Formats: sequence, structure tokens, C-alpha cells
Amino acid sequence: MPTGRLAVWMVVVSEIVVFGGVLASYIMHRLAHDAWSVQAAHTNMWIGAFNTFVLLTSSLFVAFAHKAAEEGDGVKASNFLWMTVAGGTTFVIVKALEWTSEITAGYTITSSTFWSFYYTAAGLHALHVIAGVVILMIIAMQARKQMELHRVELIGIYWYFVEIVWFFLFPLLYIAK
Amino acid sequence: MSEEHMHHPNYLKIWAMLVGLLVVSVAGAMVGIRVVTLITAFGVACVQAYLVAKNCMHIGAARRFVPYLVATALVLMLLFFSGAAPDVMKPAGVNWVKPAWQEAAVEHDVSLHEARH
Repeated sequence: MPTGRLAVWMVVVSEIVVFGGVLASYIMHRLAHDAWSVQAAHTNMWIGAFNTFVLLTSSLFVAFAHKAAEEGDGVKASNFLWMTVAGGTTFVIVKALEWTSEITAGYTITSSTFWSFYYTAAGLHALHVIAGVVILMIIAMQARKQMELHRVELIGIYWYFVEIVWFFLFPLLYIAK
Repeated sequence: MSEEHMHHPNYLKIWAMLVGLLVVSVAGAMVGIRVVTLITAFGVACVQAYLVAKNCMHIGAARRFVPYLVATALVLMLLFFSGAAPDVMKPAGVNWVKPAWQEAAVEHDVSLHEARH
């Protein structure tokens, strides 16, 4: 196995433990406190669903980029990677707008334990999206010059992982009320 | 199948399936029945994660130790949950109590008693 791929899988495995700990903590507290449903009712399911759709679509582009990179077409791979960047950026902007409306409504990280978990889990995930967007931009620029095309697959594995984490955050924070 | 020459499935079809599952999870929440909501939401999340890991991350084509590593991380998460959940979710144990929970339970009992009389 190439070193880069091994490294990305090691990152993914360690991230499973990090996010797994946060999600498991949230689930056990949520099950123990029925009152959290009152707080959870203030999150907007449609915003969460829209962001899920955005992440799903950005992952489609990264899959196309991987395929193009394997075919040796760096320019095409780069174009698809930039589309993924657009998706990730949209996700972060929507998240920022959502948080702004929640904070101005008085739901801050110190409002209650539910909101502490909400901002910690969603914030940690958003940081991973931002890191992914930065790496995607670097790899897109390299791919356009036909350089390091194997890295397209590596950022893809990371981006899919970020997407999978969101698959679980979405029902936990936006649907289970 | 070689690890270096991956088979690329129809990504558009997988994307359509994932979007369809997203619609199911949102529709399940709109039904308004708690059990249906939870089953559709978390069931869909598990299916979506499986589809992405299998078809997009190509976890099946990676070296065998990769799925084992991922499974180990998931088992560690379950171990953490099973070890910590009783302390978090129960009001008292063998040598410990949660005073705030007990006070809340007493207040709840008093208010119930007052409501009945």
C-alpha cells in the first residue's frame, strides 16, 4: 500500500475515535435527558438537510476527480476538485449563517448542555470541512499542472469520511427531537 | 481486484441513492412518530455510510488490515459507550449518587403528590 494512502487511512481511523467519542457522549446524555428535546427543537432540519445535499454533491465531484486523475487527465480532475471546493465552501457559509441566527436568538455554547454539544460536534466537523477545502485547493492547483495526481484519491478518502460523519450528525442534531 | 487499479462504479447512481435516502430520513421525521423518525434517520445514516465506504472509499479493495483498523476504532467507541453510559444515564450506583438528580426526583414526586390532592 502506498505510504500516502496508509497515512490517510490512519488519519481516518484516529478521527473515528475522536468523532466516535463526541457522538457516543452526545447519545448517552441525550438518552438520559428528555428535556434536551425542547432545546433540540430549535435546530432547523431543512438547513441540515440542505447541507447534507451539498456535501453529497461535493463528494460526487471528488469521485469524478478521482476517476479523471486515474485516467491521467489532471485538468479535468482539477475542475472537479474546484467544484468540490465550492461545495465545501457553501457548506461552511450556510453553517455560519445558521449559527449566526441561533446565537442572535440566544442559543449560545453556554446556554445549556445540549447547545454545548451542538456547537462542539458541529464546530469540530466544520473545522474538518475547512481543512479539507484548503487541502482540496492545494491538490487542485497541483493537478492542473499534472503534478501529484495520486493525491486526488487521498483527499477523496478524507472528504468521504467527513461526509460520513455528517450522515450521523444530521439525524442526531437536526432530526431526533 | 488490484488495489492500484480500482473499479469505479456508477457514481451518479450512488449519489442518486444517497439523495433518495436523505429524502427518506427527512420524510420519516415529518411523519411525527418518534420510533419511525429514529429508525429512518439512524437506519438511513448507517446505509449511507456503508454505501460511501464500500463504493467511494473502496474499503473492500484496500489491504485487509484497513477494514480491521476501522472496525477496531468502532469497537473502541462501543467500549467507551458501554463503560461510560451507566455513569451518565443512571441516577445512582453502588457507591455513588447524583444529588441533583435525586433532588429533581423528589421535587417531581412532591409536585405529583400535590397535583393528586
